[in-house]
Amino acid sequence: MKISESWLREWVTPELTTEELAEQITMAGLEVDAIEPVAADFSGVVVGEILFVDQHQDADKLRVCQVAGNGDDIVQVVCGAPNARAGIKIPFATVGAVLPGNFKIKKAKLRGVESFGMLCAQTELKLGDDDDGLWELAADAPVGKDLREYLQLNDTCIEVDLTPNRSDCLSLKGIAREVGVLNRLLVTPPTIDPVAATIDDTFPVDLQAPNGCPRYAGRIIRGVDLSKPTPLWMQERLRRAGIGSKDIAVDTTNYVLLELGQPMHAFDLAKLKGGITVRQAKNKESLALLDGQTVELAEETLVIADQEKAIAMAGIMGGSETAVGESTQDLLLESAFFAPTAIAGRARNYGLHTDSSHRFERGVDYQLQEQAIERATKLIVEVAGGQVGPVFVAEAEHELLIDRKVQLRRERILRGLGFELPDNEVLDILSHLGLELINQTDEGWEFSIPSYRFDINIEADLLEELARIYGYNNLPTTSLQVPMDLPLHQESAIGLDVVRAQLVARGYQESVSYSFVDPKLQGLLDPNVTPIPLKNPISAEMSVMRTSLWQGLVNALEYNVNRQQSRIRLFETGLRFLPSNSNDASDVKGFQQEAMIAGLLYGQREAENWSAKAEPVDFYDIKGDIESLLALSGDVERFAFVAAEHPALHPGQTASITMDGQIVGYVGTLHPQIQKALGLPQAAYVFELTQAALAEARLPSFAPLSRFPEVRRDLAVIVDQELPVSELEAKVKEVAGELLTKLKVFDVYVGKGIDSQRKSIALSLTFQHLSRTLTDDEITTASDAVINALKESFNAELR
Amino acid sequence: MENLQALTEEALNLVNNADALESLDQVRVDYLGKKGQLTGLLKTLGQLSNEERPAAGAKINEAKQQVQEAIQQKKGQLEQVAINEKLNSETIDVTLSGRSNSRGSLHPVTQTMKRIEAIFSSVGYDVEEGPEIEDDYHNFEALNIPAHHPARAMHDTFYIDKESLKYTIEGDQQYVLRTHTSPVQVRTMENKQPPIRVICPGRVYRCDSDLTHTPMFHQVEGLVIDKNISFADLKGTVDQFLKSFFEADVPVRFRPSYFPFTEPSAEVDIQCTNCSGDGCRVCSHTGWLEVMGCGMVHPNVFEMSGVDTETYSGFAFGMGVERLAMLRYGVNDLRLFFENDLKFLDQF
Repeated sequence: MKISESWLREWVTPELTTEELAEQITMAGLEVDAIEPVAADFSGVVVGEILFVDQHQDADKLRVCQVAGNGDDIVQVVCGAPNARAGIKIPFATVGAVLPGNFKIKKAKLRGVESFGMLCAQTELKLGDDDDGLWELAADAPVGKDLREYLQLNDTCIEVDLTPNRSDCLSLKGIAREVGVLNRLLVTPPTIDPVAATIDDTFPVDLQAPNGCPRYAGRIIRGVDLSKPTPLWMQERLRRAGIGSKDIAVDTTNYVLLELGQPMHAFDLAKLKGGITVRQAKNKESLALLDGQTVELAEETLVIADQEKAIAMAGIMGGSETAVGESTQDLLLESAFFAPTAIAGRARNYGLHTDSSHRFERGVDYQLQEQAIERATKLIVEVAGGQVGPVFVAEAEHELLIDRKVQLRRERILRGLGFELPDNEVLDILSHLGLELINQTDEGWEFSIPSYRFDINIEADLLEELARIYGYNNLPTTSLQVPMDLPLHQESAIGLDVVRAQLVARGYQESVSYSFVDPKLQGLLDPNVTPIPLKNPISAEMSVMRTSLWQGLVNALEYNVNRQQSRIRLFETGLRFLPSNSNDASDVKGFQQEAMIAGLLYGQREAENWSAKAEPVDFYDIKGDIESLLALSGDVERFAFVAAEHPALHPGQTASITMDGQIVGYVGTLHPQIQKALGLPQAAYVFELTQAALAEARLPSFAPLSRFPEVRRDLAVIVDQELPVSELEAKVKEVAGELLTKLKVFDVYVGKGIDSQRKSIALSLTFQHLSRTLTDDEITTASDAVINALKESFNAELR
Repeated sequence: MENLQALTEEALNLVNNADALESLDQVRVDYLGKKGQLTGLLKTLGQLSNEERPAAGAKINEAKQQVQEAIQQKKGQLEQVAINEKLNSETIDVTLSGRSNSRGSLHPVTQTMKRIEAIFSSVGYDVEEGPEIEDDYHNFEALNIPAHHPARAMHDTFYIDKESLKYTIEGDQQYVLRTHTSPVQVRTMENKQPPIRVICPGRVYRCDSDLTHTPMFHQVEGLVIDKNISFADLKGTVDQFLKSFFEADVPVRFRPSYFPFTEPSAEVDIQCTNCSGDGCRVCSHTGWLEVMGCGMVHPNVFEMSGVDTETYSGFAFGMGVERLAMLRYGVNDLRLFFENDLKFLDQF
């Protein structure tokens, strides 16, 4: 909402500078977005009158004008405008004038003829778009008067960004009212006297959708002359609000909308058949709109119709067929109240947003219609003449039109605002805002709510008004007092912070990527899941919800590889989104939203340095990182890595990560085909785990320490290459007995001296007894048992 | 016996001149060893008379003692030299970097969220999280934003394309990517009884992408419900939080605003951290920076979630994490947060 400051000051005149005024209304909740001068900087321009015009001797296109306006002198100005002619009044930049852009006007000679100044077009003063020739001012413009004064250009435009609840301020009247309350000043609106009817003509109105339109006021004006120009002052006010000028009928409806906040419409009466009906649109009904497009109306759209068809989209936009034009002689003015619920969202459904729909969907004063129509009548008739009919009003019952009342309890002011606002202050603020005290009790008051305040319905709304006008920053500020109960503290919970810190300590950078991803990449990494699509994505590359955190990590990998990074470690935490047909206990039915943690490893094991050879990372680097996370649980026995397959991963370098036998994640080498598709020069390693798997730790539980020596036995066994070491280890632990305290694989060998299908595994077994020294026999028995079991189960040979 | 003096001087001289432990030991063998020259003198004692013998023996022993001590002393010196030489030869360049010294970092958004959480949990706020695909009810309806409410235009909402899922979800409700963290408030009120003191950090989504908007960003929402919670408590909490977050006594101001789920509602500005209120590009020459929204929980919101408005009142506040991170760390481009450039991430 843009308003002219000088116009505002005609209604209410606080003793504040422009900046102070802007600050004041901003702090009252009407946020000022911009303060701009209404005209560019220029000086020395006066209203001039061309008295005589002679053709320039040496130039066909130039004319030599004698111009009045510069004091009492008549000066000569050479001018090239086609419309330069005697008798017109024009902006006259005298010698010494400075035009926008710091353009200085000097005495000059054009083709040998002296010229003292310049006659201006609108564009040269940056006051409009008309570039056709000289700007012809009104015939009664006072010659010699400074143009800035004449046009009242020493004014500012204040642009207010209103929140959707403050529809009452979508007019000059509303903002003036607010300024009045803030300064406790009287507001003086222009007097609006009813225009007496000179003819009896009315028009039938049928309210068939009273919920959507409970009030409809109309008036006929016959015999208008719409070719008469709109007065300059009105054009200027419209211009300052960002509205162009058309004809007096349209300009007036716009002017009344700005001034009072009532959207109006003018129909060409001759084009209407029968009477006005306000109803819901019929199935497949179409309407040609003022903006040139023809739309098929949805049934939930409220329309203004005549006997035959829809002629306007109620409260949104008029139709082109019944619009007024230069030939229009008879007008039907419409000033209606459409309920917010009947308009809200409708314009948007057609891709429209108009000054009218903006106001109606937020709420227009439902007692304003007759006043607006009187105001408009007077403004139109003054310019265009015409015979005026009586105002006719159709009205239906509507909950909004009933007096709304709200109670306010003194105790609630104390509880809500934290202090006792004196009674007289309460009543003063609310009465300035237009609330009428209708009842008073020991506990508080009852007020009737003015018809323009759609945002006041309950007690809390009154508290806001009191706080707002009293000043949020004048209200007390307190420290919240709460009991200091100590909470239960769960020691076994591993916070995500701890998990993150572990990865950070191991050199990982945390990334944050969009939750919506490219379906192509998604299909590459997780082809077996159909991702959840968005109805209105920003772009095709961000149109489905990620089913894994790998998509984002791979994007980040590509981004950094393309920027010459050769060592990349990234992790991310967040939700993955899976379609879920089951009516499980998830928060939102139909969608499984699971918290995950994922990581990616790429490039050199160590940052390039003097002490180590550049070696690329491999599977066991990322596995080590994961194991360090699992170790946070203090219960690594619950977890296992099992050879597995995953469409995104290398079939021979993939493990599922299980917890108590259930899969909780995957780790592996990115599939070479995907690596190729992404153009990555080296292999990338990824993992993903549910956060739930890392959420719980075992409470430490002390085991007594043995003070007796431990004994180590090393074994090297040759087994088939396919045999997973984990099975070997499990068997050793199973048969070695309780004396085995530690088992380590300290070498794996494949190659010369060993069958090409076999591998050598070197194991170290450590034995210890809690309360005595072990005998050789005991250890030999245990290690023999191990050797025999390995022979039997895995065809192992001792090396 | 007559050469005892000469032998002693000779030995002492050799000790003095020894430049290595080996040559020193040779002196010991040559003079003090079993076959050494001074030891040899003892064997000549037999030629002396019984009267002369003790005195002569004592002299020889004295000389041996003297040489022995000289050797010990010299040995100490030579050992020290040897240690010094060894130490010298072992000197390394301590300015070379250590091994495996790389460390990662937390994303600045995470760091900022953690910081906010830490401030609030230090006085007993719980942290609550919620789903990011939300139903229309929790994201809008329950927050007093019915269908067609103009406030919905303030939220450019991403909708889930429910129709193209391979299964049907009961009911005709729309599903959205949550436009704010406020639905977590609703879920908290549904599941917990007051008193409630929570903060809800998380990702939120708006269908908007330009220089100053990304389609995904982060918010932290706070909710306090108890008996007798007032606007003054809200002001105090927000004011203290901002001073704590910025570690400075920043001026804070409250401006009336509008959110459908709070009444009264306020926007919170801090004095520009860049220009201290003089006006600069960062604050669009206003001297103030908008950092938070807040208000007293709207009675309609309480009623929909089953909180008794006659007994309880409460306040809520919400802030944009990226905005705070940008101010705190001086980041000048919002989009950097989501590019995951290592050179950016490495700075935090």
